[in-house]
This record gives sequence, C-alpha cells and structure tokens, in this order.
Amino acid sequence: MQNKPIITVEGMTARYGDVLVLDELTFEVARGEIFVILGGSGCGKSTLLKHMIGLYEPYAGDIKIDDASVVTTQGAERDALIRRFGVMYQSGALFGSMTLLENICLPLEEFTDLGKEARELIARMKLGLVGLADYAHHMPSAISGGMKKRAAIARAMALDPEILFLDEPSAGLDPITADELDELIIQLSRTLNITFVVVTHELPSIYKIADRVIMLDARTKKIIAEGDPAELRDTCDNEWVRDFFNRKGGVANNS
Amino acid sequence: MRKQRHSADATFSGDTTGGRVQLTLSGRLGVETVGRLWPDVRRVLEAKGIQSLALDASGVEYCDGAGMALFVYVRRAAARLGVELSIGGLKDDFAGMLDLYPEATFEEQPPETKGVRDFIEEVGMVFAETVCGWRDHVAFLGELTVAMFKTLLHPAGLRIKDFLSVAEASGARALPIIGMLGFLIGLIMAFQGAVLMAQFGAEIYIADFVGMSITRELGPLITAIIVAGRTGSAFAAELGTMKVNEEIDAFTTMGLDPVRFLVVPRVLAATLMTPLLAIFANLFGMAGGAVVMRGLGFPLVTYVNRVVAVVSAVDFMGGLVKALVFGLLISTAGCLCGLRTGEGASAVGNSATRAVVSSIVMIVIADGLFAVAFYFLGI
Repeated sequence: MQNKPIITVEGMTARYGDVLVLDELTFEVARGEIFVILGGSGCGKSTLLKHMIGLYEPYAGDIKIDDASVVTTQGAERDALIRRFGVMYQSGALFGSMTLLENICLPLEEFTDLGKEARELIARMKLGLVGLADYAHHMPSAISGGMKKRAAIARAMALDPEILFLDEPSAGLDPITADELDELIIQLSRTLNITFVVVTHELPSIYKIADRVIMLDARTKKIIAEGDPAELRDTCDNEWVRDFFNRKGGVANNS
Repeated sequence: MRKQRHSADATFSGDTTGGRVQLTLSGRLGVETVGRLWPDVRRVLEAKGIQSLALDASGVEYCDGAGMALFVYVRRAAARLGVELSIGGLKDDFAGMLDLYPEATFEEQPPETKGVRDFIEEVGMVFAETVCGWRDHVAFLGELTVAMFKTLLHPAGLRIKDFLSVAEASGARALPIIGMLGFLIGLIMAFQGAVLMAQFGAEIYIADFVGMSITRELGPLITAIIVAGRTGSAFAAELGTMKVNEEIDAFTTMGLDPVRFLVVPRVLAATLMTPLLAIFANLFGMAGGAVVMRGLGFPLVTYVNRVVAVVSAVDFMGGLVKALVFGLLISTAGCLCGLRTGEGASAVGNSATRAVVSSIVMIVIADGLFAVAFYFLGI
C-alpha cells in the first residue's frame, strides 16, 4: 500500500458563496485502502465527497485520481475517469422509474457488452450480496430507506469500479446488516483491491473497516486528525478527537 | 470438439470429449472481458449429453463481480443438468469471493402468472381506487370549505406571510406574460376582424368586437389558462414535493392542519389574484385592438369612445366573476393534486400534469355553464 496514491487532494478549498466550508485540505488515499472521512455534523464531509467525485468544482486546489484531475479533465477522458469510481449517495438516489434490477442493470447495459442474461445474473448477485434478491422487481418507492441504501450500494458496485465512494452507508441500517455490509467492504477491498472512501459516523464500523481516517473540524475547516482510528483514540493530542473515538470505545475493544 | 476464445486478456476454452466437458478460464475476468466469453461458454454448456463438468480456473489472475457471475452461471448449468461440477485451481481469494454468492441469496422466484382471477381483481381495484378518489375529492372540498369559513370568521388565523408571498408569485410576477399575451390576442382579434369587416366598410365595429369578446370571454380565459400553467402546476409540484419529503405528515403529527397552513393561503391568494390579472389582460387586449385601429386610420379617441359605449359595467364585472371562479377551481385542483401525490419523483410530475389538465378541463366546463347562465340571466 506504500506505492503511489490513487487519490490526491491538494490544497482544496471549498466555499458556498461567501461561506468557507473546507480550508486548504491536503491528503492522499492509497490504492486498496479503506479511507474514512469523519467529523461532526455540518463539518463538510459530504461536501468533501462531492468535490472528490467532481460534482462540485473546488474554489481552489485540485483533486486527482492517479494523474487525472477530477476538476479540469473534460470530454472522453472525463467519461473514462468517471467510470473508474462508483458512488453511493446518502439517500440512495435510485432511479424512481425503474425496478431495483433495472437500476443495477443500467450501467452494465450502457458500459459493457454483456448480454441480458449475464447482466441480470450479475445484478441479481449484487442484490443478493446486500440481501435484496427478493425485491429485484420492486420499485424504489416500495421499499424502506435502509433497503434503498443497500440497493444503492449494489448499484455503485455494478461495474466493479476501482474506487467506491460511500456516503454514510450504514446509517439507518440495523446492526446485523450494517456489520454484514462492513464485512462486504473488507472482502471487496481485500480480494479486488477496491479503494473505499467512506463517510460515516458509526464508531464500530470505523474501527472494523478503516485503514486510515481523517477528521474534519467544523470550526477551523481543516483536518484536525489523520491516521489509524485506534491510535488516534489513545494518543491524539486533541481532546475532542479522543472524545469522539472513546464514545463507544468499549465496543470497539471487544470486536 | 474444441472451442477457444481470447478476449482482451481473458481466455476461455471448452473441450467436449464423450460426455465430459472440460472448461478452462484464464486471465482477467472483468466486466470488460466477460461479455465476449459468455456466449461461448453458453454454447458449450448447451451441448447435449453432458455427463460431467470440470472447470479449470488456475489461470485466472483477476476476477470481479462479472467474472463471479460467469462461475455462477456454470455452477447453475451443472445444477440444471444434474451433474457434478469440479472447479479446480481457483485462487483462495476468488474462492472466498465466490462463497459470498451462495445460490440461495439471489434465487429467482418463479414469475407470477396472471389468470382471469387476477384480471377481475385488478378491475375491482381500479374501480375501488376511483371511488376512493372521488371520496377524497369530496372530503377535501369539505375540509377546505370548513377551513375557509374558519379563516373568514377569524382572519387572524390566516398565515398572512404565506398569503402575500403566494399572491406575489401567482399575481404580480404573472403580469408581464399576461400583459403580453393579452396584447397579442387583442391585436390578432382586431386584425382578423378587420379583414372581415373591411368587406362591409364596417371597420369601426372592430372596437365593439374586440371590447366585448375580450372583456366577456377571452381576457378571463387567457388569464385562467396562464394561471393554470403557472400557478396550478406550481401548487401541485410544491405540495407534492412536501408530501414526498414527509413534510405534510409532519404537519399532521404536530397537530397542525395542512389544509389551513398550506391550502387556504394558496387558494385565497390565487382566487383573489386571478380577477386582478384578468383586468390587466382586458386592458392590454384593448390596447392591442387600439394599435390595429390606429393602423387603419381611426383616431384613438374614436376607438376609446366606441369601446366605452359598447362594453357595459355588467359585461366587465361578469368577466371578473368568471375569473374569480376560474381562480378558485385552478388553485383547489392544484392543491388537491399536490396533496394526493404518491411516492417518488415521477409522482410529483404526474401531480403537476394532472393539476394543469384537470384545471383546464374545469375552466372550459365552467365557462360553458357561465355562457348558459348569462344567457338566461340576460347579461
């Protein structure tokens, strides 16, 4: 994992109008690692994620995947760049006019030469992974919020991208499903060397999956801590960071 | 029989000797390569008289979800044929991945067959839904009437801020478009009239024609159609989105009546604004007529005098009453469609469409009733 980083964020500043949201963040995500973005509510985690996937243009600075800038790359190169990652949005963002199966088949249909039989089998397997095979023909509006989230992860994984961005994947899931999801993330990262960038609040999940975390501070708009979660819990200089990690430290120690 | 296929850097070969099939997969099995191998694998597996299946995967370097699907496909084929499948040489990591996909987790349920009973059931459901729809409609109108009366009795209960902002959005901001369309319609009417009346040398009657038709009929009608398109659809989309976001439920569970909070200000504002807009439509329509008359060489004062002489206060007020009723119909339909929105983004779109279509239908029907009523009343 010590080789060249897959994602590089260089001095990125984000603003909404006059409001400074993120101030000159610089960090790297190594290939194959599970990278977790942490922070209190409203500190700009989702904003950071949306900048990393190129939805928002940063006020200053640059974000690169390998050597291609997410900010400035245009045209066919940008299409190729975008296909290298999958994104799961906080609310799921499934297409409301399609069934779950069709939602997952869509990227396979558009970007590969797989036949219908193959596409549907892959989509069913992905749905099976997240425990939704029985709901393949349901519309998104007919399933619960947690299920939508799981289906969204299945869709993000449809093309087996190199990088998966997950915005609060386990929020709103029951502990068992959340734990299975964590297992899945670890398995995918280990066997397929997929890089994960995860925004989450769930401490058990952080301890279980995170190779490295960064923690954003809502006051200074900068990174206040970076490293291994267990180390940060025990040794970080910042009291707030230690507090954050110790909230459910007991659970983590047992796992 | 031997089949071999190279696809980018993935290869497949199938060897059938007697009833024994030996499959070999190697290289990078990924979404970009599996699609090309798949048909060949299927062809080999569809051969008749297969007695045993062996899959050599020792050369597989990379295998993602699509590659896994190919393995699962072979596994299923073996199960369907009732033969033993041996997978040899698959790397531990990939074997672990394959274990993530036990058949039971993504089994297909047999598709539901639709019989006569289902058809009858469906017809019944549609009928029941329609009846419930009417009931909802009546219930909503009742609720709205009660809420309106309450507001009339206690005007302090009206959300004055909401009322004013809706009035601005549906009234003041519609002025430019109403003015423009009114002007153009007046202009067009006058032109059409001019062609006809010039044959009799009766151009002066263009003033009668434009004045009467605009004030009695076209002014209110154009206004209503624009209000339906601008305001009715906006109400439906707004309330529909609130419904989807559970905001309506939040009102209800807080013990607040969504009709009082959301519907009354909208219906009141839109109902009061529509006649005011109709006045502008009338004014601009007549200005359009004036331009044509000036073009035909009549002085402005002649046109104005003629219009004033022909168009009575009753005609003018009759038009405004119509506009008032149209406004009520549009805003009620918009709010009702919004509140009855289903789930999801497309439901909001459907509500907006339904609001506009039902508004326009109701406007035309109401206009017809007014015509009959005015005839018998001698207005």
